[in-house]
Amino acid sequence: MNNLAAIWLTVQLATVTTCILLFFGTALAWWLSRTKSRTKPIIEAVTALPLVLPPTVLGFYLLIIMSPDNAIGSFWVHLTGSTLTFSFAGLVVASVIYSLPFMVQPLQNAFETVGSEPLEAAASLRASPLNAFFTVAMPLSARGFLTAIVLTFAHTVGEFGVVLMVGGNIPGETRVISIAIYEHVETLQYAAAHSLSLALLGFSFVVLLAVYTLNRRFPIRIR
Amino acid sequence: MLAIDICTSLGEFELEVTTKIPLDGITGILGPSGSGKTTLLRVLAGFEPAEGRIIVDDEVWLDTKSKTEIAPHRRSLGYMFQDTRLFDHLSVAANLEYASSRTLSEIKKIVVDDVVDAFDLSPLLKRRPAELSGGEKQRVALARTLLTNPRFLVLDEPLSALDEQRRSDILPYIDTMASQFQVPALYVSHAVGEVAHIARRILALSNGRVQANGPTNEILERLDLLDVTGRFEAGSVVEATVIDHVERHRLTRLIIDGQTLTMPMEPGLAPGDQIRLRVRARDVALALIRPESISIRNILDATIVDLFHGPGSPYVEALVEFQKQRLRARITLASVEDLSLAVGMHVFVLIKSVTFESSLA
Repeated sequence: MNNLAAIWLTVQLATVTTCILLFFGTALAWWLSRTKSRTKPIIEAVTALPLVLPPTVLGFYLLIIMSPDNAIGSFWVHLTGSTLTFSFAGLVVASVIYSLPFMVQPLQNAFETVGSEPLEAAASLRASPLNAFFTVAMPLSARGFLTAIVLTFAHTVGEFGVVLMVGGNIPGETRVISIAIYEHVETLQYAAAHSLSLALLGFSFVVLLAVYTLNRRFPIRIR
Repeated sequence: MLAIDICTSLGEFELEVTTKIPLDGITGILGPSGSGKTTLLRVLAGFEPAEGRIIVDDEVWLDTKSKTEIAPHRRSLGYMFQDTRLFDHLSVAANLEYASSRTLSEIKKIVVDDVVDAFDLSPLLKRRPAELSGGEKQRVALARTLLTNPRFLVLDEPLSALDEQRRSDILPYIDTMASQFQVPALYVSHAVGEVAHIARRILALSNGRVQANGPTNEILERLDLLDVTGRFEAGSVVEATVIDHVERHRLTRLIIDGQTLTMPMEPGLAPGDQIRLRVRARDVALALIRPESISIRNILDATIVDLFHGPGSPYVEALVEFQKQRLRARITLASVEDLSLAVGMHVFVLIKSVTFESSLA
């Protein structure tokens, strides 16, 4: 029962995070793939930070930013009446930041592969830039989208450090699968830890197998 | 009328074009590679930034002084890319529909059925671009471009990726585009032969500057444009009228400025047809007296109107005139001296071979 609640919460968190990132990550990836701005390397580096930072570092800073003692945290309390830390909403914010590179990088790669040629062709056929994005760039990047969505979802499912720092361990609110496993091990409930771990292992393997089978064209990279 | 007055630079290269091009029929844009032909088209389409003005009829597309710049998708220009740029994720039919569905109904004169008929596309409609041959892709791309019902088309070396055989398969379709659909076009090429065949006018570019702009015949005759036209099969285009066919010798007899000429038989032609011929400069020789006992059959009277000798060249480019029409001849400098050839002299023109180009409607 305990485990089912954790699984359900994890699925919710990963779905919400993926949906939010699908919107913002696509916009950011599109901008990065098109811009000639000098700020591009800075934005790229910031986007890739979660790949190299220890989750505890990221979680620590997020905890501070989200704390009711600070502007953003207190604004959230003012807005909703509850704190951002140790809540599902806080987990979503943290996951969005933590999983950002997993959405942006495959998409940026895909958009760069599409190049400007098909978009010029679309413009010459009277498609507005937005229309050309939806009718040409997106379909031509379909595999990039698939990779990005799958990786983002899977990575969010697997996160631990950031969640622990920001969300703690509140059943039904912030206790996701990885936290539940930790909890089981701490309390020496190895059987329960086993079943969850095995499920996560199987899930992760299937997801990665799917991604690698479908394509290897839009890899995650740190540059 | 297309009025262009633009300059732009890409790295080291500078393009500076000021010219006016009447928008009717096909205008060839000729020049060696790197002369700025494609850049000019990209500036017209709005894909490349430039300073200056572009005015199409009364519509201002670009005027950097008044900060006017029409977005590429709002410019009524059809762009046929060298690499066709068909959408790989759509079928041929969907590629055509993509263009047609985005065209305002009040300007939509050309519809999908028209181009499918004209370019023989019905067997291809369900296929994906990846399943088409090079020539088929070009046909679909040309059709797709026409479906936007543009004020004019720009074609960027549409035949350069095709072999000789495919080229001659496609050229009739480009003729169709101009004659049946009455869409004016700028046709970029570095092949004089292609341009001479289909273009009424030529804009000659060299090093990012306009070298000449005028009717095809005049430009091909111009001896000072050899670095643009002369690198290739230099020659002339002349107009002639069909007299009849000589079945026994497999020849067609023609009349050009009152003089008779023969060429290999073109059975499709009928007496009275007006046609265009292409004569390569190196297939033309000059003589001071009418040669006899010679295998060349086409010997015509003419007058030398120009002689041009490029520095360091063993050849002299001569321009001879019949009554009105003119022909280029490439002869050696030695011959010019031996025969004391000069402008105004009467000569006999020996034409070794004549190529049929096209019928004039």
